[in-house]
Amino acid sequence: MVATMVDRLTLSDSAVDALVAALIRSGRRVLGPQLVRSQGQDRIDIAPLASFADLARDGQAVASAKGAVFPKVERLLHYRYAGKSIELADVEPASPPTVLFGVRPCEARAFAALQAVLNWDSEDKFFSHRLANTTVVAISCTEADASCFCTSVGSRPDDGQGSDILLCRLAHGGYLAKVATSRGQALVELGQGVFQALAAEPELAPAAALAPAFDAKTLPQKLAAHFDHPLWVEQSLRCLGCGACAFVCPTCACFSIEDEADSRQGQRLRTWDSCGLRLFTLHASGHNPRDRQSQRWRQRVYHKFAYYPDRFQTLGCVGCGKCSRACPVDMNLKQHLAEAARTLP
Amino acid sequence: MESLQRKAQELLAAGTVKLVIGYGEGTGVRRRPIFVRTGDQAGSLVLDPACTQNLATYLTKAEVRALGRTALVATPSTLRSILQLAAERQVREENLLALVPLAGTIKELTTFADIEAMVATLPDEIARADQEMLTQLGAMSVVERRAFWEKELGRCVKCYACRAACPMCYCERCTMDNNRPQWVPVASHALGNLEYHVVRAMHLAGRCVRCGTCGAACPHGIPIHLLTFASEGSVRRQFGQPGGASSRPTYALATFKPDDKEDFIR
Repeated sequence: MVATMVDRLTLSDSAVDALVAALIRSGRRVLGPQLVRSQGQDRIDIAPLASFADLARDGQAVASAKGAVFPKVERLLHYRYAGKSIELADVEPASPPTVLFGVRPCEARAFAALQAVLNWDSEDKFFSHRLANTTVVAISCTEADASCFCTSVGSRPDDGQGSDILLCRLAHGGYLAKVATSRGQALVELGQGVFQALAAEPELAPAAALAPAFDAKTLPQKLAAHFDHPLWVEQSLRCLGCGACAFVCPTCACFSIEDEADSRQGQRLRTWDSCGLRLFTLHASGHNPRDRQSQRWRQRVYHKFAYYPDRFQTLGCVGCGKCSRACPVDMNLKQHLAEAARTLP
Repeated sequence: MESLQRKAQELLAAGTVKLVIGYGEGTGVRRRPIFVRTGDQAGSLVLDPACTQNLATYLTKAEVRALGRTALVATPSTLRSILQLAAERQVREENLLALVPLAGTIKELTTFADIEAMVATLPDEIARADQEMLTQLGAMSVVERRAFWEKELGRCVKCYACRAACPMCYCERCTMDNNRPQWVPVASHALGNLEYHVVRAMHLAGRCVRCGTCGAACPHGIPIHLLTFASEGSVRRQFGQPGGASSRPTYALATFKPDDKEDFIR
């Protein structure tokens, strides 16, 4: 997502509605956060939008938008026995032009962290194809909850980084659109007459107030010096060792390769994996270098807050708090990091 | 709440237990498991209707077990889990005691027999919403029921939070994690998801204590607890054996009786 000069335009509420309709009409896959009620419980899913009215403008989706570019199951190749020969076929990436509409700014920022790993030393063609085909239209947050901590990891509720267009709410309805990339510009052109030039300096609705809980800049050094600190054992006592945190995380990029076959055909799949799961590091010999949950919890923290800054000069976390909300035993990452920043000398 | 905190302090001070597992304040209105090892930590123990997670899950976690004799703050489902774990020889009587909040006081149960006696007096009902859903599902045709589960399980990402949160899923190496042979596809596609949840429901037939902690653990709100509730209900109806009623190992699906009412087995 190449940054260009940020173009500032405005949209009324009905104009956003018209924009979403135009995007859907154009044949694009339009995904966005939506409130779903089932069995008496509310949750926000990222799902195909039928109209702007469907969009959940506040609150955090359970899952991240990463599934749009890095799906939970991806077919890499398949083969078939044909008589005595084998027909082998690579799968070529094919994904519809996609707009992630109305996601939170933290989600938009996460794609850079995903890219850092997935395109690290060789290009991941499936991921890259999807990413190149995806336009991100984020909406700034006017609410934050007790799991949110974007302001602790160098961002803010109205951060435009990673968004092709960032929509900021205006105080009296409508949005200020900050168009940052050529991909964003393409949407402006598609929604002809929807965007208006800025007449005067707009009055923005206040962004969510979220005080930083810790200083992420000092964390990498602190972590590097305290690999064997009892804090990691203490924090992870209640951790159950599932992959809920990793699978809802917008930056977790670890995957497994699975072969499925019968006597006639087979396929190779890429599936999400998680360092929280015991099997993740289990060797064929039976030895497991991360045999205890405390070691796996520490790995999760270190990967995002020590190894990422070391290798990519950026954090592997955007502070969305999805992991904390999804955790069955309320492992609150913000609190755990604040505790680490406070306790470790 | 004060009586629980006092009781925890007494037990730790006397050295009766090394650890009290209870509930503490969590994010917002949430409650989370806490591990109290000193008297001054006891003040963090909370007791209110939001404390529902089944803490018996921790009794088989190696790191927790290593901390020593444990007192567990127990809901009725937790007590049933202890009995089921005892029947399956996963916990030792001398290693634990249960703290049961009862009419403003804390009842201390130190033997499996005590727990059995208490469980026998407790109502054994599931939440009305769950009962209604089970009735609705039972009234569906096979095709409708399959469609319901395909839709619900379509959201499953195989994070295994359900398995991790379940006190009865204590296997160190789950069938799902075996890859020689690979019994169940690892991938979270339609077949992989369906097979995983069907296997889990079968493995919990007659063993599920109907705490609902698996369903509560699911980040995507899939009502998977209904599957294990249903399989438990089936064994309960056909063999008269509810999950978690007894600490004696008489697992219905692994027991042969010469006087079985079915003649195909004789």
